[in-house]
Amino acid sequence: MLKIIDLHAKVGDKAILKGLNLTVKAGEVHAIMGPNGSGKSTLSYVLAGRSGYEVTGGSVEYEGKNLLAMEPEVRAREGVFLAFQYPVEIPGVSNKYFLKAAYNAQRKHRGEPEMDAGAFLKFVKEKAKLVEMAPAFLNRSVNEGFSGGEKKRNEILQLAVLEPKLALLDETDSGLDIDALKIVANGINRLRDPQRAVVLVTHYQRLLDYIVPDFVHVLSGGRIVKSGGKDLAVLLEKEGYGWIDAEKAAA
Amino acid sequence: MANQDVKDLADKEYKYGFSSDVEADQIAKGLSEDVVRLISKKKNEPSFMLDWRLKAYRHWLTMKEPTWAEVHYPAIDYQNIIYYSAPKPKKKLASMDEVDPEVRATFEKLGIPLEEQKMLSNVAVDAVFDSVSVATTFKKTLGEAGVIFCSFSDAVKEHPELLEKYLGSVVPYTDNFFATLNSAVFSDGSFCYIPKGVKCPMELSTYFRINAKDTGQFERTLIVADEGASVSYLEGCTAPMRDENQLHAAVVELVAMGDASIKYSTIQNWYPGDKNGKGGIYNFVTKRGKCAGPRSKISWTQVETGSAITWKYPSCILLGDESVGEFYSVALANHYQQADTGTKMIHIGKNTKSTIISKGISAGHGQNAYRGQVKIAKSAAGARNHSQCDSLLLGSQCGAHTFPNLEVHNTSSTVEHEASTSKIGEDQLFYLRQRGLSTEDAVGMIVNGFCKQVFNELPLEFAVEAHKLMNISLEGSVG
Repeated sequence: MLKIIDLHAKVGDKAILKGLNLTVKAGEVHAIMGPNGSGKSTLSYVLAGRSGYEVTGGSVEYEGKNLLAMEPEVRAREGVFLAFQYPVEIPGVSNKYFLKAAYNAQRKHRGEPEMDAGAFLKFVKEKAKLVEMAPAFLNRSVNEGFSGGEKKRNEILQLAVLEPKLALLDETDSGLDIDALKIVANGINRLRDPQRAVVLVTHYQRLLDYIVPDFVHVLSGGRIVKSGGKDLAVLLEKEGYGWIDAEKAAA
Repeated sequence: MANQDVKDLADKEYKYGFSSDVEADQIAKGLSEDVVRLISKKKNEPSFMLDWRLKAYRHWLTMKEPTWAEVHYPAIDYQNIIYYSAPKPKKKLASMDEVDPEVRATFEKLGIPLEEQKMLSNVAVDAVFDSVSVATTFKKTLGEAGVIFCSFSDAVKEHPELLEKYLGSVVPYTDNFFATLNSAVFSDGSFCYIPKGVKCPMELSTYFRINAKDTGQFERTLIVADEGASVSYLEGCTAPMRDENQLHAAVVELVAMGDASIKYSTIQNWYPGDKNGKGGIYNFVTKRGKCAGPRSKISWTQVETGSAITWKYPSCILLGDESVGEFYSVALANHYQQADTGTKMIHIGKNTKSTIISKGISAGHGQNAYRGQVKIAKSAAGARNHSQCDSLLLGSQCGAHTFPNLEVHNTSSTVEHEASTSKIGEDQLFYLRQRGLSTEDAVGMIVNGFCKQVFNELPLEFAVEAHKLMNISLEGSVG
């Protein structure tokens, strides 16, 4: 589904990604871990197409297409979803209006008829239940006045509504208490499907207790320096990232 | 931000730029006492009207054009303007079907099919085409309720006693340069009277439209809600594309007697000029309402997206005890548009209350100023005001200015003022695009969200139109 080959990217004048390789197949859950500043968020933003994140080399193939050539909204409509580390507030725009616009933009892209307001409301209320979100949240402005946990849950609600093929979750666990973490993890687990792939970017192993990944990768210095299974995450939690750098230096 | 998208959007042309070919009856360019007399004569006015016009004209000669607003434009040559232009009446009109097909076609192009409106939206439409009303609908229903809703010209003939009583009672002919000019030369407009205790059975609406070339528009609207009466009035404008700047100096007067309420909503979409700032309407409007009786209420809601220059301060004089004044405004200045708009709330009666919500959006090279005055007179014990002025900037070459003026002469009053200025965020745009929305839709969504408090005050059909209009008018302003 996703094939990243020798990806280089910079922010401003600073090179962040320096030859990153990663292959993700449908049905898989990958966790990307790494110390602060290793390029985790940059990877998410590059894949989603944020301006200011300039690709200087390499390629990203998504479902056989050149992902990097697409505008951000086209990537989204093609099924690439980024759950933001810091979801932004959109004052005056109701959550349900926003969700409906996003949902219908996708349907339109796929040549499907748009869903009307009544049908969508029913649909989105069901989805809200999955993330244990009160219907009142649908009428509130997007993320405005939401607590950190509510914002993250709202991201997962969007994920549930849009049902992307490739979900990128950028530090979705940060700032969550244990109950919120379970709800968020549960929302993501429900989405696991042989047709979908999930890439979790996280600093801590904690989330992986609830969402068990198929693969764990360590990102350091803009490259994947180690890959393994779930055990790697446990090891990282125990030993920190230092030993990997030492191993790399020795190699 | 994809700059090419933005460019493409910015290059879109004014959607309503066309002019229709209707034979016009005009008075030659220029202004003099003779022209004023001729206008009055053409309209078969009684002598009190002519006297009033002449007093206004003579006073106008002593006045100077104001320069205090945050707007800049080349000097207007008042002798180079046609002060009267009317479509030639072909015959007396008994029904909508008899309206000049050209005129009707124009409304169709604007998306305002009168007959459809008649059937579908339950809105009586008094269509002002150029300066003379050519069609009035729903007269019968209104007539049964005792509501008078007609063109100003008809009112002069049919209800001279009401006009003599209320004309100039809120905006006197000496008021200001543009209002005084209007008083001298106004050609037509709308008159509305809601009798005691009557709730107007439908929303009243007038679509203004500038048409004949080089014709200054001098509309005059007078709405009187007698004791316990209520009415909602909608005013919407579009204008055809022109290269020459056109002057528009309208006056709107509202009078609300005890326990009466008037809700006046405007969508103003005059031609704003092209993207280089060429052409466009100069819109110098005086709008004022008087809450004459106790517990009366006047509410102004405006969405100002058009005109090269907007100079407009819909105001309330809160004379009656416990009367209420409201001002909800969205003003957008894109390309080279300049808007200087706001309100005056004059508290005179006891326990009077006013609310001001102003949303200014600046884009391109647009300049947007909020200018407001809240005055609490010594007599206004317990008066309250809340003002909120927010500005949103799209891009880096536009400007937002706020000039609030508070004058409080009574210590038992409460006055609050909040203001904010923000820039449309790259992070907001990216967030929405990551969910599949185009840049255009994302900008529209953010701006419409910003305006929501004001749009919520609009009657439903206007709110829908306002949304669309914002999206059209905004085009391309982010970079």
